[in-house]
Amino acid sequence: MAESRKNPRQKKSRYTADRGIAGAWEGETVTRRRLFEGGAQAVGGVAVAAFGLPALGFALGPMFEDQLPDRYQDVGPEEDFNAETYVPKVITLVPDTGEAGKTTIYVRRTDPARDEKNADQPYVAISTRCAHLGCPVRYVTASQRFICPCHGGVYGFQGEVTGGPPVRPLDRFYTRVEAGRVLVGARFSLNSKLERFPHPRDPSNHIDGLWQYLYPGRPST
Amino acid sequence: MKRPQPPLPRSLQRRPARPGDGAGPNGDQAVPTLKDQAVEVPVSVVGWLDERSGASPFLRGFLYRKVPKGTNWFYTLGSATMFAFLSQAVTGVFLAMYYDPDPSRAYESAARITNEIFLGELVRGMHRWGSTVMILLIFLHMARTFFFGAYKYPRELNWIIGVILLVLTLLMGFTGYLLPFDQRSFWATVVGVNLNSSGPIVGPYLADFLRGGPEFGAYTLSRFYALHMLLIPGLIAVLIGAHLYLVAKLGTTAPPWLKAEKSKALAKEQI
Repeated sequence: MAESRKNPRQKKSRYTADRGIAGAWEGETVTRRRLFEGGAQAVGGVAVAAFGLPALGFALGPMFEDQLPDRYQDVGPEEDFNAETYVPKVITLVPDTGEAGKTTIYVRRTDPARDEKNADQPYVAISTRCAHLGCPVRYVTASQRFICPCHGGVYGFQGEVTGGPPVRPLDRFYTRVEAGRVLVGARFSLNSKLERFPHPRDPSNHIDGLWQYLYPGRPST
Repeated sequence: MKRPQPPLPRSLQRRPARPGDGAGPNGDQAVPTLKDQAVEVPVSVVGWLDERSGASPFLRGFLYRKVPKGTNWFYTLGSATMFAFLSQAVTGVFLAMYYDPDPSRAYESAARITNEIFLGELVRGMHRWGSTVMILLIFLHMARTFFFGAYKYPRELNWIIGVILLVLTLLMGFTGYLLPFDQRSFWATVVGVNLNSSGPIVGPYLADFLRGGPEFGAYTLSRFYALHMLLIPGLIAVLIGAHLYLVAKLGTTAPPWLKAEKSKALAKEQI
């Protein structure tokens, strides 16, 4: 006691041996109490991590895996379609979800005079998912426009934005023809020049110029 | 040692025997009546629990806090919000007994709750309107705190917890809106998730997390259901506990129109 009163400013020695702790040895700085405290906390941390990390990975996993493998579905014979107007067809986007997994698409034959871009696709299959916030657009034949009911987005015959809030043209699906049947495959997005982006982006994501890096293609698409 | 008297209303307290009331000559107690015995049972049960849990000193400190002068009805908005949450929790738990979070059956099960199950319309209505009431009450409570200056030192942390509670409650509204799974709730959720997606860089990943994938799919509804009835309410309950703890620890503020009363002694000293 008298020792500590002599100079209250003097720091306690970091060596346990200097502090007169029973069983201390030369050069020891960590007391047994602190070692066990730290050990108990570490064991607790390991136990929490052991269930917490797998659970977190389980919840976040779908963000990092491709869940929509490429598969083509039949939408009808080639005679059903022409190059002048769109024909509505229903495809299944997500299997096993009933009506909620289905969507309407609009299909027409590719017209070499009109479709310089994406001319490798035999058919133009336009997604009805509005590029603004994902509401279902409908095609109005008289005006040759796609119109969104939610916030007034308007798209032209190619799916290019002609009015309202959408940030890019309507998405499309890959198409191919097999034995006279039209098959529709995976979704792709287009920028305002109708250039193709293989990782489809969500509605509301700009993909022109530098915007494409702010809305990156995700592993899930 | 004398046992402390239980805090009973006067009508239930045992009266000392009047002289000549059959009490013994040496001041013996009167024979306990049936009423006395009936009172003794709950008193002893509560006493047994209290002795082992130490509940009453805690409850006395927690429930019989001193409140400042001028405390008024505006100070009940926080408790009102908490009771709205409790009502949502209770009705929600019982709705979960009949609800089926499967994309092909959710709408039918919700419709069955309303149309067929006894009191289903009432309980679902309480949950549906209670959600709106809870959000209104939160904002009123927040306005009270703001205009009374009750967010200032040392209560800033409680304001921050309150804001987190507000965000979590709005998330409850967002996730719960999908569950009836009709056209309105489906498309509203599509729009809401795509709004999340519009945030640069993290937005698309957040939308993937909410949907459980790139498209509104098989697990989106069950994800929203799990968030709505387990994760977010759990967080809310924990944070309400912290919020209340801080209220009890720091006390409430007087309304701003009350000036602090100077004690005479202090006034003299200041001169």
